[in-house]
Amino acid sequence: MTAKLRILLPQLLVLAIVVGLGAYLIHNTLDNLARQGVATGFAYLDREAAFEIGEKLIPYTSADSYGRALLVGLANTLEVGVLGCILATILGLIVGVARMSRNWLIRHIAALYIQAIRNVPLLLQLFVWWDLFRVSAPPPRQAWQIMPGFFLSNRGLTIPLPSFEGGFHWDIPHLAGFNFAGGHIVTPEFAALLIGLVIYTAAFIAEIVRAGIEGVSKGQTEAALALGLKPRQALFLIVLPQARRIILPPLITDYQALIKNSSLAVAIGFPELMAITNTTLNNTGQAIEAISLMMIIYLGLSLITSALLNWYNARLALKGMAR
Amino acid sequence: MTGTDPMISLSNVEKRYGAFQVLKGVSLEVARGEKVVVCGPSGSGKSTMIRCINRLERHEAGRITVDGIELTDDPKQIEAIRRDVGMVFQQFNLFPHLTVLQNLTLAPVKVRGMKERDARDLAMQLLETVRIPEQADKYPGQLSGGQQQRVAIARALAMKPKAMLFDEPTSALDPEMIKEVLDAMVALAGQGMTMIVVTHEMGFARQVADKIVFMDQGQIVEEATPTDFFSKPKSERAQLFLSNILGH
Repeated sequence: MTAKLRILLPQLLVLAIVVGLGAYLIHNTLDNLARQGVATGFAYLDREAAFEIGEKLIPYTSADSYGRALLVGLANTLEVGVLGCILATILGLIVGVARMSRNWLIRHIAALYIQAIRNVPLLLQLFVWWDLFRVSAPPPRQAWQIMPGFFLSNRGLTIPLPSFEGGFHWDIPHLAGFNFAGGHIVTPEFAALLIGLVIYTAAFIAEIVRAGIEGVSKGQTEAALALGLKPRQALFLIVLPQARRIILPPLITDYQALIKNSSLAVAIGFPELMAITNTTLNNTGQAIEAISLMMIIYLGLSLITSALLNWYNARLALKGMAR
Repeated sequence: MTGTDPMISLSNVEKRYGAFQVLKGVSLEVARGEKVVVCGPSGSGKSTMIRCINRLERHEAGRITVDGIELTDDPKQIEAIRRDVGMVFQQFNLFPHLTVLQNLTLAPVKVRGMKERDARDLAMQLLETVRIPEQADKYPGQLSGGQQQRVAIARALAMKPKAMLFDEPTSALDPEMIKEVLDAMVALAGQGMTMIVVTHEMGFARQVADKIVFMDQGQIVEEATPTDFFSKPKSERAQLFLSNILGH
């Protein structure tokens, strides 16, 4: 009895301290907000935001509400997240396979890439990419034309867009004054964020891919080769489809990391969820609400990512016993 | 080349893993249609030898030719030989993510360029001969070991090989399943297939082999007909080996 109490008592004590501290903080916060005359609650979401957003996938003007601004940020986060996950998977697959190449040079370049990228802070890498696009690229008048319609300058990369106004034609970007008009412009901020996230996450995915390939029994490759399949066919038809089951669970973690890491965009000025929330809470003072909302949204995104991939993983399960 | 050329020929083949020499100058000729059973204590280099024949292991010295093609580092030659030489593994190595039928049709379609329909017809015909046509749409994991190994034999045959290599095909099987696999191999031998079989199944060797090759410590110690090998083995090591595996 006393022994049980000796174990239980410190735990109860710690619990009491944690709960007490939490209650004190909440009470203090509400008290301070009330004294500053800040109203709590989510009513601010309906108020006019009165700030511009540089990049948006859904219509928005500064006359729209904070709620709509938040949606614009979420859409931008999703854009970077979805594109980032797809591109990082492709690059990670290539690097992971290259890491196991029989060619010494290819193998070591892949290893160097993985080691270097994984061990430099992502924020720093984002700054490097952003500087590269923003500072190292020429001004629009001296833009590099990569292909007809594709201009790279410190304003970003222009891309021709198909247009259906007055019959189908290509909307080709062209120089108008100090910037380009027509087509679509990939801003340096978006490009830096996307490329930074893809290159960083791909280094982690590459290691998962390698582990997945190594996890498939060597006999599988041997059986494929013995049948006359080329090494490349053995990889794509036999090894990778089986490695998929090993790769997928840890891949979920990397996808979630990529989506959460996109919040670092706040440092280079891409208006995604974190950046919009930042502006919102500076303007309204509703820090608690804005940050809670953001946390809930990121949590939701992570859970949705995980649910989608787990569903896909379940579909891949082997019939019968493994092997 | 003429029909009297050997199907498979090894001369002075050497192979080492680091400091350990697995094959110390192995020479062997296998004629068209000939059935060779390779036996010997574990670690004697039996598996390594047949794995050299389709380049799952790279030999470091000596010559290997299959149907007149010499095995070199040239991927084209390696692939040409692998197309024509089937292999059956101890661990079956069926592709678990494909159905039995897909296991059989994959290589004929991707390597031989056969039409999907023709490959399916051929596969079903082969599954009949190994007596498991009803399992065509199942996955390997749903079959017993004996059934899996029969599928593996059918998979190799789907490439219409000129020769078959068997690497201890019954060693991973439960005793009651060994017979069904050996029966399939006996039937195959009856059709005139050139076969090299690494096995300890001496009953099979007696029944099917034209020649028995006894290996020890990376060398071929004795090459004889089954009758001679079992009744009067010449070397002391073969006598010891036989008394060990037949002694009880």
